[in-house]
Amino acid sequence: MSTAVESVKEIAVVPSFTVTLFVRRFDPEKDEEPKWQDFDVTVFGTDRVLDALHKIKWEVDGSLTFRRSCAHGVCGSDAMRINGRNRLACKTLIKDLDISQPIYVEPIKGLKVEKDLVVDMNPFYQAYRDVKPFLIASDTPTAERIQSPEDRARFEDTTKCILCAACTTSCPVFWTDNQYFGPAAIVNAHRFIFDSRDEAAEVRLDILNDKEGVWRCRTTFNCTEACPRGIEVTKAIAEVKQAVLRGRR
Amino acid sequence: MAIVIEQPDAPRSRKGAQWEKRAWIFMRISGVILIFLIIGHLLVNLVLPERGVKAIDFAFVAGKWASPFWQVYDGLILWLALIHGTNGMRTLVNDYSEREWLRKALNVTLWVVAAALILLGTLVITTFDPCIDPNVHNYLPDLVCKG
Repeated sequence: MSTAVESVKEIAVVPSFTVTLFVRRFDPEKDEEPKWQDFDVTVFGTDRVLDALHKIKWEVDGSLTFRRSCAHGVCGSDAMRINGRNRLACKTLIKDLDISQPIYVEPIKGLKVEKDLVVDMNPFYQAYRDVKPFLIASDTPTAERIQSPEDRARFEDTTKCILCAACTTSCPVFWTDNQYFGPAAIVNAHRFIFDSRDEAAEVRLDILNDKEGVWRCRTTFNCTEACPRGIEVTKAIAEVKQAVLRGRR
Repeated sequence: MAIVIEQPDAPRSRKGAQWEKRAWIFMRISGVILIFLIIGHLLVNLVLPERGVKAIDFAFVAGKWASPFWQVYDGLILWLALIHGTNGMRTLVNDYSEREWLRKALNVTLWVVAAALILLGTLVITTFDPCIDPNVHNYLPDLVCKG
């Protein structure tokens, strides 16, 4: 009986460990340049990077600023550069990182830093708006628009995008050239270009056949690696390139 | 007052929008052609001759350019490789130059240099005269340059 209680106690104890987080800090009212600040945090094996950031914000330094909403990998608010890779802080378990080394957390690159880990997302959203990410159809809807499973499967992959900007801000072309639409906008154009119910594929292809459109893509595959939803971003961009060459979907 | 909403599917008309597409297609096609041209070039110049790389001398080149086939072959490599390379450099310049005047200056320089090299190379290939060199008799049989 007593051994059973002890073994239950053993299971209940989740081992904790201490990690060092180097967080890129920038306060526009005080700092000229961003700087690194380190925090030692005691975390559990079940904790994610987001939990460590919460711990810092709630218990150590309330001025630490970052975005997060759902905290479960659905809203796409907390994309950040963790150990040099774009990831969602809420989907990155600390124990999966190399905890013998400090963990480096920076804002995503290529967008203006507003404060700490928060960047100005407006250029990103503008590129998204520019590809007209909504269904364009000429008929008046009186019933649902029927679509075969095969037609739906054609753009299934790109429907998974949560607009976290991990792909766009991992793209070296976007880092140096903010005019480039970026992978996320092209992925969302792909979602409608290859939708059989949509009638404006040509319009979107025309938009992306721009000097700063799909041709800027250098197929470095950073975007595919960065996507927390596992979208094959580079493949989607390549399919849009092929569609531009054909002039239709 | 009625609010006029811009038609979302109104066509856009922009000048020079096809340029990047053409450049992209050119890079793909020229890249594939260049792979075969250059492998052939290396084989014929370095691997197949008995003395390997040592076989290349004035006479070797003169012998090749006496045939229209190698004139066209080398001319194709010259044109495709220079335009392919210069266009690749142009994309790098567009990526990394932030100031507009610098970007323009670098691109203009690139294309001027490429045009000069293409012109010079084409001139040499098409007007090549093996007898212009006074040392030519050391390499070529006399009957080639007589008359």
